[in-house]
Amino acid sequence: MSFGSGSMTNSISEIKDCKLIFLIGGNPTEAHPIVGLEMKKALRKGCTFIVADPRKIWFAQHSKLYLPVRPGTDNWLLNSIAHVIIAEGLENKEFIKTRTEGFEELKAFVKDITPEKASEFTGIPAEDIRQAARLYAKSEKSAIFYTLGITEHTCGTDNVRTIANLALLTGHIGKSSTGVNPIRGQNNVQGATDMGCLPDRMHGYQYLSDAAVVEKFEKAWDVKLSRTQGATSPTMFERMDKGQFKALYVIGEDPVMSEPNQDYTIKGLKTLEFLVVQDIFMSETAKYADVILPATSFSEKDGTFTNTERRVQRVRKAINPIGNTKPDWQIICELSNRMGYKMDYPSPKEVWDEIASLAPLFAGINYARIESNGIQWPCPDTKHPGTKFLHEGKFTRGLGKFFVLPYRAPAESPDKQYPLLLTTGRTLYHYGAGTMTRRSAGIIHKTNDCFVEVNQQDAQELGIFDGEMVRVASRRGEITTRAEVSDKVKKGIIWIPMHFVEAAVNKLTKDAYDNITQTAEYKVCGAKIEKII
Amino acid sequence: MVMIPKVKLNIDGKTVEVNKGKTVLQAANSVGIRIPTLCHDPRLEPFAACRVCMIEIERGKSSALITSCNTEATDGMVIRTDSEKVLKTRKMVLELILSDHPRDCMTCDKCGACKLQDLAYEYGVRESRFFESPGGGIEEDRNPVIQKDKSKCILCGRCIRICAEVQQDYAIDFKNRGFETETGTPFGKSLLDTTCVLCGQCVSTCPVGSLVEKQAVGKGRDWEFKQVKTTCAYCGVGCTMYLNVKGNQVVKVTSKTGSIPNDGNLCVKGRFGYDFIHHPDRLKNPLIKKNGKFEDATWDEALNLVALKLGEIKAKYGADNIGVFSSSRCTNEENYLAMKFARAAIGTNNVDQCART
Repeated sequence: MSFGSGSMTNSISEIKDCKLIFLIGGNPTEAHPIVGLEMKKALRKGCTFIVADPRKIWFAQHSKLYLPVRPGTDNWLLNSIAHVIIAEGLENKEFIKTRTEGFEELKAFVKDITPEKASEFTGIPAEDIRQAARLYAKSEKSAIFYTLGITEHTCGTDNVRTIANLALLTGHIGKSSTGVNPIRGQNNVQGATDMGCLPDRMHGYQYLSDAAVVEKFEKAWDVKLSRTQGATSPTMFERMDKGQFKALYVIGEDPVMSEPNQDYTIKGLKTLEFLVVQDIFMSETAKYADVILPATSFSEKDGTFTNTERRVQRVRKAINPIGNTKPDWQIICELSNRMGYKMDYPSPKEVWDEIASLAPLFAGINYARIESNGIQWPCPDTKHPGTKFLHEGKFTRGLGKFFVLPYRAPAESPDKQYPLLLTTGRTLYHYGAGTMTRRSAGIIHKTNDCFVEVNQQDAQELGIFDGEMVRVASRRGEITTRAEVSDKVKKGIIWIPMHFVEAAVNKLTKDAYDNITQTAEYKVCGAKIEKII
Repeated sequence: MVMIPKVKLNIDGKTVEVNKGKTVLQAANSVGIRIPTLCHDPRLEPFAACRVCMIEIERGKSSALITSCNTEATDGMVIRTDSEKVLKTRKMVLELILSDHPRDCMTCDKCGACKLQDLAYEYGVRESRFFESPGGGIEEDRNPVIQKDKSKCILCGRCIRICAEVQQDYAIDFKNRGFETETGTPFGKSLLDTTCVLCGQCVSTCPVGSLVEKQAVGKGRDWEFKQVKTTCAYCGVGCTMYLNVKGNQVVKVTSKTGSIPNDGNLCVKGRFGYDFIHHPDRLKNPLIKKNGKFEDATWDEALNLVALKLGEIKAKYGADNIGVFSSSRCTNEENYLAMKFARAAIGTNNVDQCART
């Protein structure tokens, strides 16, 4: 990518010292509350906030500049900010000269992307875009934070690179409290990627296209490895759809709830000859399984999670497994042994030792070292303290690269038939598909039903009142839910959280994917609202 | 790097050097001198409400009593934390606090972890010369997670300040004046009807038994719990927290200031979203679908069937017709084994997880 690796460039502890935070497509007070607290700390210390989000979130209300960007038009906003930075001579010339490549191409490309033009697409006043560019470029410690509002688009990778362009233009990277920071959604989504649960690479970002990597693992694992390119989850579903995929082993995931276009997902699972689901609850996906293997929760096992700042931290067993359940690692080992490939580990500690021995990124991390506090990778040897922020002095890929990325429209935009733009997200009280939080008495007492946020003007035109049950439909399905009428979303946009099985918003979302990461476009599709009575 | 100037002072005969801007309390703690506190929480601005951190400072030939938590350490200060005057005053302060606090430690959930109890014990304050029966008691509130006992509140303001300074939710504040002063919501509303987000940070900072986790009431006290340090399983921030376990039951979740990366803070999910662990819906046995219905099976039956079926499908269609979805909810070790299983045991690179979705 632009810098050479994908994760937060800074640490959570650096947030409070930021002088300017540009928050785009993220709602930390709800989705990452403790990062939200660190940002609130920065706010108290006088940090300037620029917030670009289609919803008037908490930080939007406390920002110096709120940019209510129309979902799917982030590219216009970001490129026009680059335009202003260059047009007004605010770029960091020394940094561009010594640490980047491709500046002239970017300069030529953004020349025509004026704030006025961007304003037409994004709905943000041109003067506010100029102001944002000036504030961001001139601040001494500027950091950009983004989450799924940037990535869950067909142009998600483009968006990330366009953000990186801004950091490279201004040199706001590779320093404490200064950088580009995606905040990861799930407890161990960083770890799952780090551990090579990806079709094209082993753990520690060792690519299978490198013959030396394949050979190294063949020797270490004592097995012949497949050279065939693996399939991503969207590709596997595509092959199911065509009847060209036969078995799936799903560990701790609920694709029926989490994949877009639910009907298509269910249809795909039904074509399988054999489906194994390993989970702690009867998830929506588990209902379609042939065999269900009951796993333990995090409180019943040992191991490690890696958080959004690349910190490998211990998970410790607090209670014995409930009922007849077993920890996932043990189930996988027992299954592997039965399939004729020996996996024999006394405990997760020995698994970690193998992980560290086969990946330089984690080589210096072991259970003894992270007994009291976690360590942030890269950590090449046991003397290394871990890495607080990335790209100091040099990028992973050498020079930072500017990308020229023209706007690409979302796969589906509102039209006559489905005139509203539906975007989705998370709330403070619930998590993911709600399998855990909706079984927590304390939490469901506070809030336990789905809702759709509607702008007052739209509501008036549709004759909808606050609290009324309405039908929300897209080309792929419909759900019934409660309307929350306010000015939190702009006219023409509606927002629905993702946690509720009885009003699963992924019945509506579109199964269109980013061309590189194959992340689905949860953030934009056409929809309509109808009165029920 | 900006160099922060240093200041030198004398505490209990020891020379102490700290960065300018540190308080006397911080300076004392930095060399291991303990000064008791009740209203102090390192996450909050100094407040100097409880007065138990009182120390004696030399002022020429005389001396003065000042609160150490909100006094900046300056060059040349000469301080005593253990003089007779300090100890006598501290004892009096405790007596005054206890004059408005019930003495029902035997039924209090905070017993053993209560800072006031510890100090009363340390200073031998058995009776208060000012004792009056404190009013109030457990407040009725529809909220399911936070219980407040008005009579036990010592008005240190920690709950109010953490709500305002750290959370910036401003759900509670001081109400009334003088002896009638209490903490609470506007117009005595339920927390559910205010800006409260049920993070429970107020519970985490309460030094006495006034605010406790409602669901843990009567289920055990500090010394009965095994506190297991672990990492939260919700979002990607990865807060360090402690599961408080009694028997085979997770009774409550707590955290400690200074923990990385959350400094003792937790959100509503981390602190109160744990009862899924013991929920009756948990899958407890392997299940095999027979004629469209799930039936309980033994591990041997289930695992043998899975191994057999995957083996058959591999033999019939080839390994690349099988896929593995691993989980961003599972541990690193499990994800590693899942991808190793796909690649080494099945023989396919069809392994993915939900980072993309």
